[in-house]
Amino acid sequence: MAPETQGQDDIVIRIRGLRNAFGSHVVHDALDLDVRRGEVLGVVGGSGTGKSVLLRSIAGLQRPVAGSINVLGTDVMTADEDTRTALEARWGVMFQDGALFSSLTVRENVEVPMRQVRGLSPSIRSQLADLKISMAGLPWLAGDKYPSELSGGMRKRAGLARALALDPEIVFLDEPTAGLDPIGATAFDTLIRGLSRSMGLTVFLVTHDLDTLHAVCDRIAVLAEKKVLVTGTMQEMLNVDHPWVHEYFHGPRARAAMDAVTRDED
Amino acid sequence: MVITPASATGHLALEGALTVTTVSRLDAALQALPAKAVTLDLGQVTRFDTAGAWAIVRFEQRLGQSGEVLGIENLSEQDGQLLATIRNSMPDVPDTPQPARSIVDRVADLGQAVTVSLGYGLALMGYLGLFVARLGRSLRHPSEFRLTALVHHCHEVGVKAVPIVSLMAFLIGVVLAFQGSTQLRQFGAEVFVVDLIAISILRELGILLTSIIVAGRTASAFTAAIGSMKMREEIDAMRTLGLDPAMVLFVPRILALLLMLPILGLIANVMGLLGGAIMSWIELGISPAMFRTRLVEGTDVSHVFVGMVKAPVFALIIGIIGCHAGMQVESNAESLGRQTSNAVVAAIFAVIVADAAFSIFFSQLGI
Repeated sequence: MAPETQGQDDIVIRIRGLRNAFGSHVVHDALDLDVRRGEVLGVVGGSGTGKSVLLRSIAGLQRPVAGSINVLGTDVMTADEDTRTALEARWGVMFQDGALFSSLTVRENVEVPMRQVRGLSPSIRSQLADLKISMAGLPWLAGDKYPSELSGGMRKRAGLARALALDPEIVFLDEPTAGLDPIGATAFDTLIRGLSRSMGLTVFLVTHDLDTLHAVCDRIAVLAEKKVLVTGTMQEMLNVDHPWVHEYFHGPRARAAMDAVTRDED
Repeated sequence: MVITPASATGHLALEGALTVTTVSRLDAALQALPAKAVTLDLGQVTRFDTAGAWAIVRFEQRLGQSGEVLGIENLSEQDGQLLATIRNSMPDVPDTPQPARSIVDRVADLGQAVTVSLGYGLALMGYLGLFVARLGRSLRHPSEFRLTALVHHCHEVGVKAVPIVSLMAFLIGVVLAFQGSTQLRQFGAEVFVVDLIAISILRELGILLTSIIVAGRTASAFTAAIGSMKMREEIDAMRTLGLDPAMVLFVPRILALLLMLPILGLIANVMGLLGGAIMSWIELGISPAMFRTRLVEGTDVSHVFVGMVKAPVFALIIGIIGCHAGMQVESNAESLGRQTSNAVVAAIFAVIVADAAFSIFFSQLGI
């Protein structure tokens, strides 16, 4: 399941010695992480271990105290304005509740990143937005609605449609299945899996959902003790000796999720 | 992006990047082609994204409508998957034009607007009733009354508004004296500026402008406070805990306003007269002692009562509109902002309407 065959040099996100701190509270210290092209990486960790802070640092929303973050060959922390703008067009971020602009309809939300593209006519832009909305699994009618008229799951899908608007190479998903019912969450897992395969996406996914880890992720990175404690496939995670990791992947919920996967495979 | 025209075999070679930056040209070029069977050669395509795939699928669908088939050659496996995904998720938008709006629709809209505003008026009356009922209940059951909250709101609504209200009234007095003196000097009737200032401030401006300022700062504060509680389901939580939102939230707020607005109005009156007196002294040489004599002789004390009697009514209007708007907030931040500004506009408007009604009423009574 994991793209073991891929070369070590095809790394799209390379983090070295990252240190994040809020005042005297250190969140990350000497954190290293590599994300390979085309893989779905799931980041897990207990509450307060800085999963979202890590995502925000990579996306440039949070300035680390020290360390280097290299995304698609660009150093995020030292890049000038123009380089950053060019880089931002190559990734998409889906925030936890979609973070849609509430004064715009869903279609207009998806069109926002497309407005940066010169020479894209408004009619094609809105048709492409409709396509992205439909790819995210929303009915076309949803395009005319405002975010406040959508359910939580639909807002997440609309957020994903906006993140995918410019065909990014990397998408960051913050808790994509949190707050969804099991059916909606499974559908979202399938969606992410399908899109990452067909669009060749690299997915950086922060989650608590063990089912998502099983169903979607190629590799898993565990955040604990202020750094990435261990990375590897699901199978490798099961053999890790660290108490927290063991507890996480051998707890009753993990076993249930695992059973579900084995049943599906049978 | 380059398109090499169809050769005799019906081949069309696409080269370069078929992406969102070139999709406008690609789509225009493909749509310009006749609806005839053709084979696209994608062998020379360097980049291919959903936008490029969309243009090709759109072309394919157009050919399909006239029974022709689009052939695609030299497609990488990855791009083929993408094309298949796009094919499956092409939005199926039905072509229904918006029906034209007739005169009947417009009349219906007008009727709707009238019903909505009548409904709003009724809802405000309902809140007034609720407030009176809960106030009555707290008289019968004093233990349910929130005295601490009342004191807190009196501080917020009243004490904290004193500086701005005083300054506003002082400046209004200055302006009246200044404008009045320039006009009255033409007739040699400078001394009547005292009557002008006293009557206009005591009867109308003192309480009206105070109410407008209070409407701006307090109605919005009520809406924002109650609205954000509504937004975070705190009001629902209160209900499940057996607390009555009207008792806990409305009564202390509206009652505080009811107690504080007359006091603020009185302060505004004093400050307005002070501003007028100082300006009259500087501008017209009317000494404070003369101002006082003229004020006592020329202005009946009934003017103060005419002004003050409006204060509780304005207080009720502002408080009820603020609380009502807060309860209309839905579960998103946008509606909180909308309701807050609505509350301010509605409260100021209603205060001015009520003031006009008072004016007519008093003039009919001959007071």
